[in-house]
Amino acid sequence: MSPLEISGLVKRFGEGPDAREVVRGLDLQLIPGECFALLGPNGAGKTTTLRCALGLTAASAGSIRLCGLPVPERARDARARVGVVPQLDSLDPDFTCAENLLVFAGYFGLPEREVRPRIPELLAFAGLEGKENARIQSLSGGMKRRLTLARALVNRPELLILDEPTTGLDPQARHLIWERLRRLTAEGTTILLTTHFMDEAERLANRLAIMDAGRILAQGSPREVIAAHIEPQVVEIFGEWQGEGAAAWAAAHAHALCQRCEVSGETAFCYTTDAAPLLAHLAQRPGLRSLHRPANLEDVFLKLTGRDLRD
Amino acid sequence: MTSVTSHFAPPRLSLRLLAVWRRNFLVWRKLALPSIVGNLADPVIYMLGLGYGLGMLVPEVEGVSYIAFLAGGTLAYSTMNAATFEALYSGFSRMHTQKTWEAIMNAPVSLDDIVVAELLWAASKACLAGIAILAVIAAFGFAASPLALAAIPVIFLTGLCFAALGLIMTALAPSYDFFMYYFTLVITPMTLLSGVFFPQGQLPDAVRAVAEWLPLSHAVALVRPLLLGELPTQAGLHLAVLAGIAIAAFWLALGLTRKRLLK
Repeated sequence: MSPLEISGLVKRFGEGPDAREVVRGLDLQLIPGECFALLGPNGAGKTTTLRCALGLTAASAGSIRLCGLPVPERARDARARVGVVPQLDSLDPDFTCAENLLVFAGYFGLPEREVRPRIPELLAFAGLEGKENARIQSLSGGMKRRLTLARALVNRPELLILDEPTTGLDPQARHLIWERLRRLTAEGTTILLTTHFMDEAERLANRLAIMDAGRILAQGSPREVIAAHIEPQVVEIFGEWQGEGAAAWAAAHAHALCQRCEVSGETAFCYTTDAAPLLAHLAQRPGLRSLHRPANLEDVFLKLTGRDLRD
Repeated sequence: MTSVTSHFAPPRLSLRLLAVWRRNFLVWRKLALPSIVGNLADPVIYMLGLGYGLGMLVPEVEGVSYIAFLAGGTLAYSTMNAATFEALYSGFSRMHTQKTWEAIMNAPVSLDDIVVAELLWAASKACLAGIAILAVIAAFGFAASPLALAAIPVIFLTGLCFAALGLIMTALAPSYDFFMYYFTLVITPMTLLSGVFFPQGQLPDAVRAVAEWLPLSHAVALVRPLLLGELPTQAGLHLAVLAGIAIAAFWLALGLTRKRLLK
């Protein structure tokens, strides 16, 4: 059974000529035990897709099965088997860490005597050993996010959904979250996360989908997506040689030396299967500085979603 | 599914709403003393100040001392205030500022459960505050009859009615500032027109005709005689109006809240 199956999902806001289509025919099928990343710029429809999947908003068209149950008809039963780490902090500021977990377990109908013995273990998992009686205001942003992760695990979910779990965290906190998510998938929990950090997706996800404007543009393992959508090598060129900047250089020479070239401001991104001729050419022009590297997910993402700012 | 009719469909509830009520109760329990004192001090000071102060000038109102007259009105309007404050400010905090409702909806709890739990909680808290005020009133000897105990279910119903009205405002509020309009344009005039501080017979006929339909008027018409040891006249009518307003206002509040949050 797929933990989440979405087919033909459409979500429109508003009606008539003012209607805005935020999700436009989205298909997604999670494999049990995998970590799946949904990548996309702000406004791509990631959060709306998650809200539809949880039955928190009605889809305009399409069908959804969460933990094998139809949504929205049986969303409540399905949510009993899912954990959610929302994008914005929603811990209860009036409660301690332990109380946050106990009260949240109450929403699942889990009795206190069953949950209380698990609290040290849940807090330890979140790297919050001994914080049972700590007040929420005394926690750092990273600690709050980790407590939210522990809260999402009180019902031992089959599927864990995380909406931008590491946005705003420092590198230490991000690495701890990543390590814990890996441990969860190793124990068999399926994970669906949204992110706009490519390195996060590349590190964690078995499979990923890049979405923009409500559609999935590419899907597969990180390597597959990179191989399918972009040339394997990138040379980034910037600087100036004999009064000529990178943009002017690209206009004159790029087409002959690489398969594809994108210019963003005063940097040229040259994509190619063989960088040797290009690097030899650049060696003659020491003022033009360059960075030669393998293509990554970010290159695919920018190719598919464009370099324009979204908000 | 997103049409107007579905937003105003009857609520679909589960017993999980008790967990939401309990959450609010547990928070209240932590701050119970300041909360009770806050709900108690203001109305009691007004009652004693006006009751004894003005009471010197107004020896008798409707056959009893002014302070005895004021006691029933004080209990009713302070219940209204407690329910309104909870549904407005605390409700808005949980819905909007703290995202508490959002977190709860990720669990197997529906928005309908949450809004009903908020309604019941605001009425419960108002009732707790009301019982404290009733105890003070009784301590001063203005609720001597056992009939005064019958005021407790009435204040719970009053709490439901004003919590439901308050939840409409919460569903519509863009920010806390919005609630000022409700207090200055609705709650304060209602307090003055509902026979809390003076009998409605003092109002001009046209104003009185309208004022008699205000929900607080019905609460006062029930609570005051009970504290004075008398059975209220037309009790059925007053109860029916309070219950009717509570149901209609809740239905509207739920629809508006669904429209706001389930998009």
